[in-house]
Amino acid sequence: MEMLWFWLVSVMIAIYAVADGYDFGAGILHHFVARTDGERRQVLGAIGPFWDGNEVWLLAGGGSLFLAFPKVLASGFSGFYMAMFMVIWSLILRGIAIEFRSHLADGMWRAFWDFVFTFASVLMPILLGAALGNVVRGVPVDQSGYFNIPLFTHFRTTNPVGILDWYTVFSGVFVLLTLASHGALYLAWKTDGPVHERARKIALPMWVLTAVLGGLFTLATAHVNPDIYANLARAPLAWIGLLVFMAGLVAVFLGQARGRFLLAFVGSSAFILGLLAATAASVFPVMLKSTLDPAFSLTAYNAAAGPHSLASGTKWWFIGFPIAIAYFVILFRLHRGKVKATADGKGY
Amino acid sequence: MSDPTFWHRLQFGFTVTYHYLFPQLSMGLALFIVLLKVLARRTGNPGYQDAARFWIRIFGINFAVGVVTGIPMEFQFGTNWAQFSHKAGGVIGQTLGMEGMFAFFLESSFLGLLIWGEDKFSRRIHDLAAWALFAGSWLSGYFIIVTNAFMQYPVGHRIAPDGSFQIANLAAYLFNPWAIVQYAHNMIAAVVTGSFVVCAVGAYYTLRGVHLDQAKIFLKTGAIVGLLASLLVAFPTGDRQGKMVAAHQPTALAAMEGRWNSGTWAEISFIGQPDVQNRRLDNPVRMPGILSFIAYGSFESNVKGLSEFPVEQWPPNIELLYYSFHIMVGLGTIFIALMMLTALQLWRGRLTTSRWLLWILVLAFPFPYIATTAGWMTTELGRQPWLVYGLMRTRDGASHLVHSGQTVFTSLGFAGLYVILGFLFVFLVMREINHGPVPHGAPASH
Repeated sequence: MEMLWFWLVSVMIAIYAVADGYDFGAGILHHFVARTDGERRQVLGAIGPFWDGNEVWLLAGGGSLFLAFPKVLASGFSGFYMAMFMVIWSLILRGIAIEFRSHLADGMWRAFWDFVFTFASVLMPILLGAALGNVVRGVPVDQSGYFNIPLFTHFRTTNPVGILDWYTVFSGVFVLLTLASHGALYLAWKTDGPVHERARKIALPMWVLTAVLGGLFTLATAHVNPDIYANLARAPLAWIGLLVFMAGLVAVFLGQARGRFLLAFVGSSAFILGLLAATAASVFPVMLKSTLDPAFSLTAYNAAAGPHSLASGTKWWFIGFPIAIAYFVILFRLHRGKVKATADGKGY
Repeated sequence: MSDPTFWHRLQFGFTVTYHYLFPQLSMGLALFIVLLKVLARRTGNPGYQDAARFWIRIFGINFAVGVVTGIPMEFQFGTNWAQFSHKAGGVIGQTLGMEGMFAFFLESSFLGLLIWGEDKFSRRIHDLAAWALFAGSWLSGYFIIVTNAFMQYPVGHRIAPDGSFQIANLAAYLFNPWAIVQYAHNMIAAVVTGSFVVCAVGAYYTLRGVHLDQAKIFLKTGAIVGLLASLLVAFPTGDRQGKMVAAHQPTALAAMEGRWNSGTWAEISFIGQPDVQNRRLDNPVRMPGILSFIAYGSFESNVKGLSEFPVEQWPPNIELLYYSFHIMVGLGTIFIALMMLTALQLWRGRLTTSRWLLWILVLAFPFPYIATTAGWMTTELGRQPWLVYGLMRTRDGASHLVHSGQTVFTSLGFAGLYVILGFLFVFLVMREINHGPVPHGAPASH
C-alpha cells in the first residue's frame, strides 16, 4: 500500500511537471516569441483554457501527499519554509497576471502584466528544479524527522546546506531550460503565424542545449549522490523510465525534423515523465534523504499514514483520477486546433 | 509576541480571512448565474442572459483572486502547522485531496468556457459550464467544512499507537453532523453575500438612472433570494449551529456570551463588555431566557458559565470571541429586517422609487462580508485553545523549527501583496460595474 501511494503521488507530480511545465515554458518565452499585443494574446490564448487545470495537479498531488505521507509534507514544507513562500507568491503573481492582463486595453497595464507573467514563469521552474535538487542531494533531517534550512548558505553541498547551492541552482537552471524547450514545442504545435515561426526556430537549439546540459547534470548528480546510480541498476522501473526518456528525446528531434510538432511535444512530455519516473524509482523508498544519518531519512514506509487511512484514500482516488483525465480530454477536444492571433479583442 | 505560535496564528488567520472574502461571493454568485440562466431559458427574455453575462464577468475577477489567495492555504498547513499536519494528515488529507480531485479539476476545466466561451461554443455548453462552476465551488466548500468540522468535533477517526489520527470510518468523517450543520449555515451565508452584492449593484444603477432594465432584474432576484437566505441563515441553520456549539463546546458558548456563572433562564446580552479579569459583563443590556432557548430549545434550561471549567480550557481571547458572535448575530438580525422591507417594497411595486431604501441597499453590501468574517472568527476562536477539539492543543500544532524571523517576513510579504491585490480587485470590479451589462453581440472589450 505504501509503495502504491508512493507511485500515485509521483504520477500526479509528474503530470503536474508536464502540464504546468508547458505553460511555464510559454511564459518564459512570452516576450521572445510574441512581440505585438495580438501575438501576446495568442500565447495567452494557447494556455488560457488550460493553465488553471494544469496547476490543480500540484494542489491535488499535494493533497495526495498530505493524506498518504503526512510526515513528508510536514517536514518538507516547514523545512523548505522560505522557498515554499517564494513558490506561493510566484503562483499568485502568475495567476493574477494571466487573468488580469486583458481586462484593460492600456499598453502600460499590459506591458506590466506581461513582465510579471514572464518573471513568475521563470522563477517557478528554478524553484521546482531546486526542490528536485534538494531531494536528490538530501537535507539535514534529524531524529525527530524535521529540519529547517535557510534559502542559501555557502552554496556548497555540504552541511550547513541551504536550499540553494551550486547543485540545486544547476538543477533549477536545467529544469528552466527543459520547460522552456517543452513550452516552445507546445507553442509550435498550438499556434500559427509569427509566434509559431519563432517558437519553431528557437526550439531546436534549445533542445540541443537541454540535451548537453542534461549530460552535465547527470555527471553533477553522480558527484553529489552516487547512490542514485547504484540504485538505478537495481530498479527495473527506472530502466523503463530511462527508455521512455530516450524515446521522448528521439521523438522531440524527429518531430521537429518532420515539422510534426504534436509528435515533438508528446516526445518532450515523455522526456520529462521518463526523467522523473527514473528519479523516483532510483530514490524509492526514500522521499526525504537525511544528510545526517541515513536512518533518519523519511521513506515511504516510515512516513506513511496508517493502513486504514491509505485504504480509504485509495477508494476515492481511483474514482477521481479518471474523472480528472476525462475533463482534460474534453477540454483539449473543445479547444482543438491552432490558436490564431486575434485583433477582435475577445478572449485572453 | 515572542511566541512563535502567535505569528503562525496571525498569518494563517490573516490569509484565510482575506481569502474567504472571495469564495463567499463566488459561491453566492455561482447560484445567481445558474438562476439567471434558468430564467433566461424559461422566459425567453434575453435580459436574463445579459444579466448572467454581466455577473459572469464579475465572477471571473472574483474567482481569480479566490484561486490565487487559496493557494497559500493549501501550503500553509505544511509550512506553518507541520506538527498538526503530521499528526492529522491521514484524516484531513483525505478531504483536502478530494477537494483537488473532485472540485478544483471541475472548476478549473470549465472556468475558461464560462468566462470566454459564450461566443465560441453553443449555449448548452455555456450553460453546462455555469452549472459546473456552481457544483464545483459548492463541493469545494463542503470538503473544507468537513476538514474544519474535524477540528471542531472530531469523528470517524482513531488514534494510532504513535499518537497520530487515522481514518477509522471514512463515511463517518465525511458526514460529520457538525459539518452538515455548518455547511448549510455557511453556504446560505454565502448566498446572503451574493444577494446583497446583486441588490447593491441594482440599487446603484437605479439611483444613477442607468441600465434600468438590468437593475430591475438585479433588484428582483436579489431581494427574493436575499430574503430567503437571510431568514434561512438564522433559522434553522444558525439555530442548529448554536445548539451544536452548546452540546459539544460549552466553553465556547459561555465565552461567546461573556457568561461566567451557570443558571437557568440564561440571558442573551445585546450590548455589554466582557471584563475577563473580574469575570463579569459590564453595562449589560439583556433579555432572560433567550440564550437557554438558543442553546437547548427551552427558555428555562441551565446554561453553564465559564467558572465551571478550569481556566486552561477557556478560549484565550474571550473579548474578541464575544464581539465576533454579537456582531454576527446583530448583523444577521438587521439583514432579515432590511430584506423584509426590500421584499415588501418590491411586492408593492415601489422598490425602484424608494430612493432611501436604494441608498441603504447600496451601502449595505459590505456588511455580509463582516458578518461571515465574524461568524468564522466565532467558530475558530471558540475552538481555542484546541486545534483538534479535546485532542490537540493549538500550541502543539505549529512548525516548531520555523522561527519567528521567517514567519514575520512572510506575514509582511502577504500584507503587502494582499493590499495591492485588494486595490486591483476593487479597481477592476468597479470598472465592470460602471461599464454595466452589455447586450449580446456588443463589443465585450472596453
